Amino acid sequence: MIELDISIKNKHYANTDAIVLKDIEFTVKSGEFTAIIGPSGSGKTTLLNMLSGLENASGQKILCNKKELNSSKDYQLGYVFQQPRLMSWLTVNENLQLVLPTPQKEKIETLLVQVGLAGKGDYYPKQLSGGMQRRVAIARAFAVNPELILLDEPFNSLDAPTAAKLRLLLVNLCKSCDSTVVFVTHDLSEAINLADRIIFMSNSPSSIIHQVNVDLPKPRVESGSLELAWQAKLMTQFPQILSGSLNIN
Amino acid sequence: MSPLYGRLLILIILASAWQTIAWFVNSSDFPSLFVILESFIYHSFQGNMLTNLGVTLTRVLISFTIAMILGVIFGILMGTFERLNQLTDTLIIIVLNIPALVTILLCYIWFGLVESAAITSVVINKIPAVVVMVREGARVVDDDLLNVAKVYKLSIRKTFFSVFLPQLYPYIMASARAGLSLIWKIVLVVELLGRSDGVGFALNTLFQFFDIAGILAYTFAFISIVLVIENLIFRPLDKLIARGVHHDRT
Repeated sequence: MIELDISIKNKHYANTDAIVLKDIEFTVKSGEFTAIIGPSGSGKTTLLNMLSGLENASGQKILCNKKELNSSKDYQLGYVFQQPRLMSWLTVNENLQLVLPTPQKEKIETLLVQVGLAGKGDYYPKQLSGGMQRRVAIARAFAVNPELILLDEPFNSLDAPTAAKLRLLLVNLCKSCDSTVVFVTHDLSEAINLADRIIFMSNSPSSIIHQVNVDLPKPRVESGSLELAWQAKLMTQFPQILSGSLNIN
Repeated sequence: MSPLYGRLLILIILASAWQTIAWFVNSSDFPSLFVILESFIYHSFQGNMLTNLGVTLTRVLISFTIAMILGVIFGILMGTFERLNQLTDTLIIIVLNIPALVTILLCYIWFGLVESAAITSVVINKIPAVVVMVREGARVVDDDLLNVAKVYKLSIRKTFFSVFLPQLYPYIMASARAGLSLIWKIVLVVELLGRSDGVGFALNTLFQFFDIAGILAYTFAFISIVLVIENLIFRPLDKLIARGVHHDRT
């Protein structure tokens, strides 16, 4: 398991002077499930891309287990993107095999059973529904035994029952892998349901406006009374927090 | 109606139309299908048609292979590296617009009436078309998928063959199809101008005797070979490349 210390001074949009992230500093503890919430365009995906090594910025400092790193080479990473990003010319089995260094048929079969896609290994992505494709993408992220998992709104645009099913699947997989998780979402109840800690971001140029530990017992219940009360308390305290502001009005 | 029957029906309609016109015209300049068939049998068994077809086909395959390999490599490099593309874009447009005949004549003049000059001239004629098509494919390769390869630390080999190249297959396939038909036409001109064998050379000889039936017999023979290549190589390749693309959801 890994711990991350993140410090980003200024991150500009590609080829422009516009700043997307400004003075971002936070720590992700080992084995912690951290959710990041912010309004659209607040640079949440950019932040995940920086953690994955896909993007970088001058003045960034990302420490992995207190050791400086500049790319994702230093740790095993699983990334579930907003879109499943599966190779359409490869079957489900081949998509999972692609990220593994050696042929591991049994592991792939086990993963497919875990994500509820047993028997679908020979299907091509276009033969699967959107929810199924996302499950393949989740299976791919967990196939590499990730020490760090990045999830970028993986349940976006899914119907509520499918999203709930996938959240449960995610919780179970995370438990079995003991991974550190950074999860981007704009759904507060989803974050409360899954996370140990929630980080709230402001509008662009984005910075962290609030961090809070979700001190609720696990397993949590979708729309449970404790969870709803916790959410109501937070929203009473900071009614504008989901719009990227701590101001009362 | 199955596609096979549909294709056969079109061929039968074309053949009937030809035959009807031949009866009306009733001239050796527009021979009937039977006369062409007779000529085909004569040239196959008593003439050198099979040898000439073999020689031309060999030239076509060698030129095609070299042009495709070099064209795909340059196309990928130009599509991937914008700087290289800017540097060589004008050169490609110039080569693309030099008439095939000029390249053939220059190669024969510079290298002599030898096999390598013939092959070189065909390759030079074909490469720019492949480059342009593959470059367009390489320009629109999905960066999101390449980022998947990067995140999961795929080797360069795996990234190239499993993520990058499959996105170019439709472009490579299109240029291969267009390439084969273009190359065999250029090879005939090359043979007509400076070789002593092959279909081009034979057509030139037949032309001098105004043997229209013989010319058409050779033409149909070569078209038949191209159709066989299409059905035995290109169509199965098409299916392989299109896997995962035309599937319905379960």
